[in-house]
Amino acid sequence: MPRHDIEVADRLEYLSILDEDGRLDQPLEPQLSDDELKALYRAMLLGRRFDERMLDLQRQGRIGTFPPIKGQEASQIGAVFNLRPEDWFVPAFRETAAEIWRGRPLDSFLLYFNGYNEGAILPDHHKDLPIAIPVGSQVLHAAGLAWAASYRRTDEVVMTFFGDGATSQGDFHEGLNMAAVYQLPLIAVCQNNQWAISVPVEKQTHTPTLAQKAHAYGMPGIRVDGNDVLAVYAAAKEAVERARSGGGPTLIECVTYRLMMHTTADDPRRYRSEEEVDQWQRRDPIPRFAKYLLGKGTVGEALLEDIGNQVMQEIQAAVERAEERMKELGDPLDMFDHLYAEMPSSLRTQRSELERDVAAGDKEVSHG
Amino acid sequence: MAKMTMVQAINLALQQEMTKDDRVVLLGEDIGRDGGVFRVTDGLIDRFGPQRVVDTPLAESAIVGMAIGMAVYGLHPVCEIQFSGFAYHTFHQLESHAARLRWRSQGRLSVPMVMRAPYGGGVRALEHHSESREAYWAHTPGLKTVIPSGPRNARALLAAAIRDPDPVIFYEAKGLYRAFREEVPEEEETLPIGRPQIVREGTDLTLIAYGAMVRPAMEAADLLQTEDGVETEVIDLLTLSPLDEALLLQSVTKTGRAVVIHEAPRSFGPGAEIVSRLMEGAFYHLEAPIARVTGYDLIIPLFSRERWYLPNARRIVDAARRTLSL
Repeated sequence: MPRHDIEVADRLEYLSILDEDGRLDQPLEPQLSDDELKALYRAMLLGRRFDERMLDLQRQGRIGTFPPIKGQEASQIGAVFNLRPEDWFVPAFRETAAEIWRGRPLDSFLLYFNGYNEGAILPDHHKDLPIAIPVGSQVLHAAGLAWAASYRRTDEVVMTFFGDGATSQGDFHEGLNMAAVYQLPLIAVCQNNQWAISVPVEKQTHTPTLAQKAHAYGMPGIRVDGNDVLAVYAAAKEAVERARSGGGPTLIECVTYRLMMHTTADDPRRYRSEEEVDQWQRRDPIPRFAKYLLGKGTVGEALLEDIGNQVMQEIQAAVERAEERMKELGDPLDMFDHLYAEMPSSLRTQRSELERDVAAGDKEVSHG
Repeated sequence: MAKMTMVQAINLALQQEMTKDDRVVLLGEDIGRDGGVFRVTDGLIDRFGPQRVVDTPLAESAIVGMAIGMAVYGLHPVCEIQFSGFAYHTFHQLESHAARLRWRSQGRLSVPMVMRAPYGGGVRALEHHSESREAYWAHTPGLKTVIPSGPRNARALLAAAIRDPDPVIFYEAKGLYRAFREEVPEEEETLPIGRPQIVREGTDLTLIAYGAMVRPAMEAADLLQTEDGVETEVIDLLTLSPLDEALLLQSVTKTGRAVVIHEAPRSFGPGAEIVSRLMEGAFYHLEAPIARVTGYDLIIPLFSRERWYLPNARRIVDAARRTLSL
């Protein structure tokens, strides 16, 4: 038989549990306690409200450019909800809600996006990496962390995030291949938000799904409704359990939508229609989850309102803390810190040059 | 003549080269309907269609790697890398292939392509969006590295780069994109690659700069004249590599003093090469050590501290005064 069919894994599932109207596919409902359900809701809402606040601050010139997450809260929170503190979280740059869940303080985002390197400092003992702006590059670091975690014979897992655009980068393919070859405890979460700046996912790839790329590397892939926090949670739970028990990596494609601009420097009206945005607005992950919680009796309207108020207070306090902190920061000499474990003498010399310039006042600066 | 920003002037060069030569095709991320994140390719997709203004998937190495194949075939691809901070992916293709196919094939193959990328600071950008790493390209034999300093020379140099038979890295200072307007002639204009220009004549001191640093150098020259009565010559390199030192030597032979300015980190930066050439060719005419005003050997900090990193007129004046005092 010189020419015959070869059996390859081609099974690909799509998972949706809670539809656009908050209706539940009962048998698929994950077993989550009331407290866990409330925590999921609160985390998504905090991500949403904080994102909205950052947009206001950006428009008022109080912070610089940043990438909004609106609409993608379920893809993030549903996935990271499965991590333990000792697991690793490796974000791209549009995972604000997930980063907050992992414990990154709200004020640090404001410092970072207002041009202070101090904003990239993560709390001590956090097993997270700072955001990775060069698209897709972090997937390999996640594979490396996962390799190290198995070398040390831990049961830690690594979860990394990236977008649909990243799946065109070599780093993504190389990372997935490595993870599969070494059967690493990696969960690769693709937030397919349909647009890589102005390029729609149909022009990013010729395959009908991104999840199927997993098959090329010999790992399971699953596509989920990324605006359904229960579906994301359930898919990620399986993947985390598989990774933790030595079953190797998984690719999860969360089908979601970037409701806002790529970054605040972008104008999406140039490349997509209002109708399309409206259509996705109706699939907003937060109201549908609220409807589910109300229907289930986990929360009442009063509690939802209460959570909303708490979240707003938390954000307001963070804005105030950040603005206070910014008054203390900004010593230019600090830019010399932390480049190396030990500052080379040539850099110490350059630091004194700057010190001299700073002392001279530099009042006549007109460039930069 | 029309007054144009550098963005408009680069757009004009692309438009004119594409109109007269169907070998010229553009590739890049978001260069089509979006017109590029800086709008440099605005309107070109409407005029030339998606076959010639190619919105690519998000893969810088693929953009440049494909351009190499297209160039070998005989096209003249012009790649846009969204920010030079994302050009490191292309390094392998440029260093290993674009730069050496002519040499490896002993002249049978050539790679007439351009890689455009915005570089440098000053626009309150995110991390990875403000670096100045032109030295990487200038260090690679087989590549040409061109860095305009304003609308008119950007247009003329880009036209020359597109027509050039060898691969050209075309770095555009993003801080200059909309910083000022200049008269740019409607009719075609090119400038030779590899030739610096004297942009201000003087007898006491030579300032050597390129890209975004030409403006603070000019400002420093004004300050030195009004405050110190010093006549400063300012040279705009325009092309970093291949570096033509003839004009630099001529100037320094006359002035005996020089300050080299770039926003790239100092160590192993373009200034080191320029100073070496001056030492080799004009040593006996030097009255003082040549000074450098550069970025520090650091990652450029996030924007709250950026102005302290970037060279400015005051730092240039200070360096010039130290040089003049010797």
